[in-house]
Order: sequence, then C-alpha cells, then structure tokens
Amino acid sequence: MAAITSTPRQKTGWGVANFVVIALALIPVLWMASLSFKTPAAILDPSFIPAQWTWGNYDQILSTSQFIRPLINSIGIGIIATLIAVVFASMAAYAIARLRFPGKSVLIGMALLIAMFPQIALVTPLFNIERALGLFNTWPGLIIPYVTFGLPLGIYTLSAFFREIPWELEKAAKVDGATPFQAFVRVIAPLAAPGMVTTAILVFLACWNDFLFAISFTSTISSRTAPAAMEYFSGSSQFTVPTGPIAAAACVITIPIIVFVLFFQRRIVAGLTSGAVKG
Amino acid sequence: MAEIILDHVTKRYPDGALAVEDFTMDIADGEFVILVGPSGCGKSTTLNMIAGLEDITEGELRIGGQVVNQKSPKDRDIAMVFQSYALYPHMTVRQNMGFALKLAKTPQNVINEKVEEAARILDLTQHLDRRPANLSGGQRQRVAMGRAIVRDPAAFLMDEPLSNLDAKLRVQTRTEISRLQRRLGTTTVYVTHDQTEALTLGDRVAVMRSGVLQQVASPKDLYETPVNLFVAGFIGSPSMNFLSGSIEDGKLRTSLGDFTMSDRLRREVEAEGSGRSVIVGVRPENFEDVAFVSPGHRPEGITFHANIDVLESLGSDVFVYFTHGREQGVNSAELEELARDAGRGDASGSGDTIVARIDAETQIREGHDAELWVDGRSIHVFDPASGKNLSLAVRGDDGAAVIRPAAPSAGTAAAAAGESAATDTGSGEPVSGAGSTEPAGSAGEAT
Repeated sequence: MAAITSTPRQKTGWGVANFVVIALALIPVLWMASLSFKTPAAILDPSFIPAQWTWGNYDQILSTSQFIRPLINSIGIGIIATLIAVVFASMAAYAIARLRFPGKSVLIGMALLIAMFPQIALVTPLFNIERALGLFNTWPGLIIPYVTFGLPLGIYTLSAFFREIPWELEKAAKVDGATPFQAFVRVIAPLAAPGMVTTAILVFLACWNDFLFAISFTSTISSRTAPAAMEYFSGSSQFTVPTGPIAAAACVITIPIIVFVLFFQRRIVAGLTSGAVKG
Repeated sequence: MAEIILDHVTKRYPDGALAVEDFTMDIADGEFVILVGPSGCGKSTTLNMIAGLEDITEGELRIGGQVVNQKSPKDRDIAMVFQSYALYPHMTVRQNMGFALKLAKTPQNVINEKVEEAARILDLTQHLDRRPANLSGGQRQRVAMGRAIVRDPAAFLMDEPLSNLDAKLRVQTRTEISRLQRRLGTTTVYVTHDQTEALTLGDRVAVMRSGVLQQVASPKDLYETPVNLFVAGFIGSPSMNFLSGSIEDGKLRTSLGDFTMSDRLRREVEAEGSGRSVIVGVRPENFEDVAFVSPGHRPEGITFHANIDVLESLGSDVFVYFTHGREQGVNSAELEELARDAGRGDASGSGDTIVARIDAETQIREGHDAELWVDGRSIHVFDPASGKNLSLAVRGDDGAAVIRPAAPSAGTAAAAAGESAATDTGSGEPVSGAGSTEPAGSAGEAT
C-alpha cells in the first residue's frame, strides 16, 4: 500500500497524476461554460476566456418554452422514476439480502442481464410497444423504461448495504413487537438511508443524462426532456449552429447534478450503523 | 409472568440438519433457567424458538398456558437481550427503550415514566438522550437490559448477554442481572456457553449437546451428579479429570490405584457397561496433599506418588498438574467434543495431564515428587461407549459412598473402624445391597 507509507516523492507523483486526471475531466466543462458566455460572433474565437461576456445565450434559452418546459419534464420524470425505482429496489434488495427463496439466483441474474442489455437494441421494440399502448410522447412513456433500467442498479447497490446491517436489529424489532413491515420501515430503512441516497443519486443521474430514450419516445415538448430538447434548438438562420444556446443549456442542466451531489455527499459517507452492536 | 413449557420441541432445517431434538422442559413462573452448552449445541436455536424468531418443526411450546407455536414474536409478550445488544443506532437511549411501548401504542407520558424508571434502576438516567454509538460497552449492555424491562414482559430471554464485556465487568453485571431478576421475579431463560455463568446465575441449568438436552438440574446437582461424561466434563472449572479404568476381579483398576466397587455398582457396570473398560472421573478438588488428610479419612481414598509438572498458586488454592503412570488417555466422542469446544485439538492429550486442587498451605514443589490422596467416595464411573454415569444410580440412595479403596464400606466402616467416615458421607441411612463384601486388600499405591 503505497498510500500508507508514502514518501514525499510519491506524494508529489500522486498529486501530479490527480491533477492531470481532474484537468482532463474539467477542461471540456470549463470550455463549455466559456462558450456559453460568448457572443454568437465570438463562438469561433479560440481564446479560452471570452473577450466580451454576455448573458445573451442564457436569456435566449430561458425565455422560451422550448427549454423551460423540457427542463420541468426532466425534473419531474427524473424524480418520479427515481422514487419508484428506489422504493421497489429497496424492497427487492432487502428480500435478496435477507431471505432464502427459490429462484433467488435467477432473479439476481435477470437483474444483471437487464442492466447489461444494450439499450439501443430495445429502442425499436419499445417504440412499437409504446405506440400501441398510447404511452408514446407521455411522461409514463419515459418513466417506465427509466425505472426498468434503474431497478437493477438499485437492487445491486442496496442489497450490498442491507447485508451490512446486523440481522439482530431486525430480530430485536420483531421481539419488540414490530410487524415485518414496521421493522423494515422503522429500523432497517433508516439505517440503509445512506445506501438509498446513493442509489437515488445514481438512478437520478441515469434518468437526467439519458438521451437515447428521450429522443426516441417523445415528439413534442410536452414530454421531451432537456437533453433531447437541446437537439431541437435552432440558430438565428437555418445555416447557423446554435452553439451558444446549447452550451448555455448544457451548463444549466449540469447545475442540479452538482447541487444534488454536494448536498447528499455527507449522507453517503456517513457510517450510520456504528453503535448498533458492540463497538 | 408466565411459565414456559417446551413439549418435545424439535427444530429441523430444510436441508435436514437437526438443530434441536425432542427438547422437553418445564420452566416455572419466575424461574431463572440457564441453557448451557458448547457452541453449536442448539441452545440459541432453542431460545430463538421460544422468542418466535425460528419456527418450531415439531412439538409444542406453551407460554402462560397458551400454545404459541404459530404466534409471531410480537404476540408472545417476551423481551429479549441479544449478544450484540442490537440497539437501534439511529435512536437515542430513550427511544431505544421506549420503542416496544411505542409500537404497542402506549401513551407517551406512560412511556416516559416507564423508561425513566428503568433508567433509574439501571443507572442510565444521564445517558437517556445519547445514542448507542456514544456509550461504553457496559452502558450498551444496560440499555439492552432496559429495553427488555420497560416492557414488563411475561419472560426475559437472554442470549449470551455478557459475552461482549470484559472479564471484570462481566462478573459485576452477572451479579446485577441476578439481583434484577430476583427483584422483578420474571421468568428468565438465559443462554450461555460459560459454565461459570450457568452455575452462578441459574435456579436450574439445562446442559445441551448437539441439539439434545443432556440434563436439567440445580447447579449443585449438576456438579455433583452429572448424568454422563459430557455434563461431567462441561461443568466445573478446571474440568473433571478422566482416566481409563478397567474392571478386574471386582476391582476398579486405574493408574492411580485399585478401588473396590460396591456390589450394586458392579452389577450396574456389568448390566450397562460395554465390557470391562470404564472411564473414571475425578474432580480436581477430590485430590489432596496427603499431609492435609486426617489419618481417619485416609482409608476413604487412596494415596499415590506423582511428579508435579506445574504448580499454580491462586492464593486461596493451589492447582497442581501432573501426569501419572502410563496413562493411555481416554477416548470418547463426548470428551472429544468438549476438547474441541475448549480449543484443544485432541481429547487424549487432556486425559494425560491430571489437575488437582489442593490446600494452599501445601509444601509441594514444582518438579518434585509429591504424595497425593484421592477421595474414593467422590469418584464417578462412566461407560465409555454411552458416556452414561454408572455410579449415579447407586449414588442416588447411597449418598456419595460408592467406591471404596480396599476398605470397608460406609455402613460397616463406622462400626468396625470407629471412624467418622459414615457421617462424612452425609448418609446416615442404612445401605441396602451396596455394602462391599470385598476384603480389605491392596489399598493400591500404584506407581
């Protein structure tokens, strides 16, 4: 373990490596932010810092329902899909972590299979199904596939968390007079809260960032989500690419993610189970 | 307050493994009963079945006269203290203790009152608003106890509640639990693998082995009259010494010397025993430095020489360890299991070394030859195949006088030798059919 007995030289090495990785990840984001503040005329200006700062791009996207409405769709669909996925995933994960039942390994295998399945292969059949069921271009039309792909992820992360919770706590709750449901809701679930928050963040990010389903299963802004809506931005003329507004929209949809992660970071890290059993 | 009746209770897991087999026991109202045995003997499973945390495969469990086999834990009115305490980490001490009452929809003021009273009893008042993570081990243990007593349940079930405490705190808490149980008078079933806890706490102790109940008795009876090798070896610390012995010419021959058996014991051995070999059990305190045995008592046992390997002085007592003769060691499944539980690889190794507890004033030195005496009246004889204590049937109506070294038996000894042997045995009653007819012969000094 180099990190434990690191020499100053190793520390410097790691510091440089970390810096390079972070810079590689952040430069495109900063470049995007820079673009969003440039005037349309300066878009092709190669300088990193805009010569002339403008809120014009933001004004443009935030003054039209072409972006505001999809943003609301994104938030609504993301939150609903996340809630449903986390609730069902915690129940399923609890069963997987605690109970022995026939077909358990098959269930786990199926969940993994769904998570692995290439989504692009499903677009056409899902499109036809949604058309037939009248789900095309509706919120449920996106929520259902998001939950489908969010569940395996949730089941996997949450069952790992549930396994960490001492089983005796549940026994204690039962002896104290709790029904199995009460034991779950009042004892196990609060302890698994960090896991649930982690799962919620992962599922929400997946929904929020999805482009494939969003562009395939929607046709109007009534249900189109923000990433898909950006595709439909138009320039000032037919032949101009709306680079500025796209960059501004990309910045806008990044902000909730940053807030979300910063806000819940502590919960994710907190080791809530300490003190349950002997220390 | 309720009695708990286990009626032929069996636990079989779906894979066929038998955890508890045909367990029958009546636990009286207010009684403090200990389930004791090595790990994996089914004692915790039994407790979990009483709690309702495990299903009962066969048999009937009655609490307070009601059959509760099918009832869920919450309908059984029992409280449990877990080995790990299982405190809810996200709740304060107050919430932990009041959780059961809250689930039962008790009014908040009643909950507060009961929790505060329990906290006062357990000296937790100043910790009520802290979380378990901020408490010491002993405090956590008391919170777990508090969680049980606020309920005022029909019975307490305790699953090794002291095993996570350090030695000093364990002894202190043991006394507290005992006092608390007397004060509350609640039926208590207590599981432990520690025979000291079992003997000090229980009104009655139930010894289990491999899912089978071996013996239920008061601590004293369990110690003095173990029904088989397993109980004999498990109860007592240091544990009973086991020697191989053989029956020859009506005498019990051991490496320590020859004992004369009473007729009844010989008949018992012949009827039950598998041939001529037996296992002889002697508790460490049945040995003594010859210098401290009054000449009048000496004929009650046999005297032998041994080279002392190790001498441990505890102030009040001295333990000496020695190997004697060409001891083969004894082989028995039950003893092997005990040895495994004690963390020793092989049982035969333990058969070689004999432990004796002798008077603290002894002049015996480590590494020197010593003359020791073993009390013949307290010797147990076991059948090596079944493990059954063969001396027990006889002991039942004859006090302790079962085996004599080549000396007159209890009934005749007092009269013939004018010694006070008979009164020492605690048996003033006439001995029927147990009197030895063997002539006084070779009071063996087998070296």
